[in-house]
Amino acid sequence: MEKPISSSAEYLVDVRDVHKSFKDVKAVKGIDLKIAHGEFVAVLGPNGAGKTTMVEMIEGIQHPDKGEIHIDGKQWKHHQHELHQIIGLSLQETRFMEKLTAYETMQLFASFYKLNSHRVDEVIELIGLEEKKKAYVNNLSGGQRQRLALGIALLNKPRLLLLDEPTTGLDPNARREIWNILLRLKKELNTSLILTTHYMEEAEYLCDRIIIMDQGQILSQGTLEEILSMNGGCRSLDELFINLTGRHLYE
Amino acid sequence: MNKITNHQLYRLIAAHFLEIIREPSVLFWGIVFPILMAWGLGIAFTQKGELTQRVAIIRTEPDIKLSAFLKDHTSHNGNLFKTQLKNKKLGNINLIFEEVSWPKAFTMLKKGDVNLILEEHLNNVEYHFDPTNADAKLLYQQISNTLKYGAEYYTNNEAEIKPLTVTGTRYIDFLIPGLLAMGIMMSCTWGISYTLIDRRSKKLLRRMVATPMKKSNFLFALMTARFTMNIVEGGLLYLFAWLYFGIHIQGSIPALIAVFIAGNIAFSGMSILISSHTANPEIGNGLINAIVTPMMVVSGVFFSYHNFPEWSQPVIQYLPLTMLADSMRSIFNEGAGFTSVVMDTLVLSGIGAVSFIAGLKIFKWY
Ligand SMILES: Nc1ncnc2c1ncn2[C@@H]1O[C@H](COP(=O)(O)OP(=O)(O)OP(=O)(O)O)[C@@H](O)[C@H]1O
Ligand SMILES: [Mg+2]
Repeated sequence: MEKPISSSAEYLVDVRDVHKSFKDVKAVKGIDLKIAHGEFVAVLGPNGAGKTTMVEMIEGIQHPDKGEIHIDGKQWKHHQHELHQIIGLSLQETRFMEKLTAYETMQLFASFYKLNSHRVDEVIELIGLEEKKKAYVNNLSGGQRQRLALGIALLNKPRLLLLDEPTTGLDPNARREIWNILLRLKKELNTSLILTTHYMEEAEYLCDRIIIMDQGQILSQGTLEEILSMNGGCRSLDELFINLTGRHLYE
Repeated sequence: MNKITNHQLYRLIAAHFLEIIREPSVLFWGIVFPILMAWGLGIAFTQKGELTQRVAIIRTEPDIKLSAFLKDHTSHNGNLFKTQLKNKKLGNINLIFEEVSWPKAFTMLKKGDVNLILEEHLNNVEYHFDPTNADAKLLYQQISNTLKYGAEYYTNNEAEIKPLTVTGTRYIDFLIPGLLAMGIMMSCTWGISYTLIDRRSKKLLRRMVATPMKKSNFLFALMTARFTMNIVEGGLLYLFAWLYFGIHIQGSIPALIAVFIAGNIAFSGMSILISSHTANPEIGNGLINAIVTPMMVVSGVFFSYHNFPEWSQPVIQYLPLTMLADSMRSIFNEGAGFTSVVMDTLVLSGIGAVSFIAGLKIFKWY
């Protein structure tokens, strides 16, 4: 894959031996992760595996106790402003201001990136929320809110997109629509993506690489075929997970 | 691209303001409720209508004087003896003596039906009441005087009473500046603190600061939207008081504006400090109440704080709500100008600035 000239570092994301604890919970225990420009990566793992914690550290929302995170060769401590410009994200759960309309919410976030309403219209169309753009956020359905959150993540045409369970709770059609939006971004803008999910078919369909996490560590990574064959030819991720941990991936 | 409407500060202020005005309950508590309160209290304390007072009497050993009074001056109906003390200036008082047994009298006392019990002995009357209850004390004096000097005692001094109805001396004149001050406090603490804590608990704060949004713009916008709302709320309350009760601002308007702004600074700053840490709306609720309620009680919004003990006065006088209410009152009613409120204005602004900076230092965005 051809690298854009603007990027200075070989990898867009470079996570080195990162640790994070909350009181007595070790949420992330030594993770190394490199993500290339334009690469799509899915992070799979059971509840409490540390997916959100890891993603939020890359987003600069949480700070590692130990280890370093470089994004496009820059660190949060010194380049917060630049990093905010090139990152787009959606959190696992965000409730936007309830009495603003979808459109006003987008306009608000657009103003943070100095973008005008033209871009807002573009994104609203991209995520298929035209019909609901005048509806208050608290009148949107769960799926529509998730699309709104995705739209906000896309406003600034981010080079790095981090989505924490963006399709959880969506119906199959809506999920497929989101996949297609993301694949278009990959083609048109060479966006890199880190996505956490509980859906294996999503990881398989969308991503170049799958990362299996459990108890704050990466158990295995590669393409689906690679991880399956690497671990003695398991037939499914669940079987693989049982082999690695003795437990089911999802009970 | 460089249109003002695309600027993040403009968008933040607009968003916060829309959120306020689209919430019907905010409009009720911020605008309708204070006006209703002013109206209700203003009416209750200015109308001199007839007052009805009930007294329990225990007549085991009828006293001659009381018996004579009841016989000559009251209309008798079952166990009730009714009479009226007349006074055009003080307002008439309907006295109802209810003959009961001791247990019944105590029940009535506990329910608040009566706050005075007369017990007759052969040659005198005993008055049972709580001497710290001003109402009971007044009633005691009225009845004992009536028994001593006759019902005319209450009417005779009509000539010497000159009711004050001059603007600036009525209860409503005292009340309105206090309500304005309280409105600023409530609006800032609930509006700003609660919004921040709620946003934090909904993970919206962390979502917003994960963008190039300037944190100072966010807080400034929140305070500006609130300030704008406070102008509207205060303006409407004043408009009502002016039209309905004929209230006037006797002092300097620029001084009033300065005090109003200083009050907003003080309570906005305190609100940032209150909400700097917690993400739990229940804790937020408790914190806000813990700060707001004591001030509402002691700061002289509804009645003068000089009724509180001597030792507490210096503390009370330096509470932000007291300073705000006192300065507003002196401008409204005593015709005060800049010089007499400059100290309070500075202190209030200082309190706001210090709390704001302290709050920002420990503010949890995530
Ligand atoms: N703020 C926090 N305070 C205390 N413990 C936390 C905090 N955030 C996460 N944890 C703990 O860290 C561990 C990892 O949590 P994390 O949210 O990263 O899991 P996850 O893989 O995203 O799970 P899920 O699939 O349920 O979203 C969990 O045991 C969680 O309880
Ligand atoms: Mg998670």
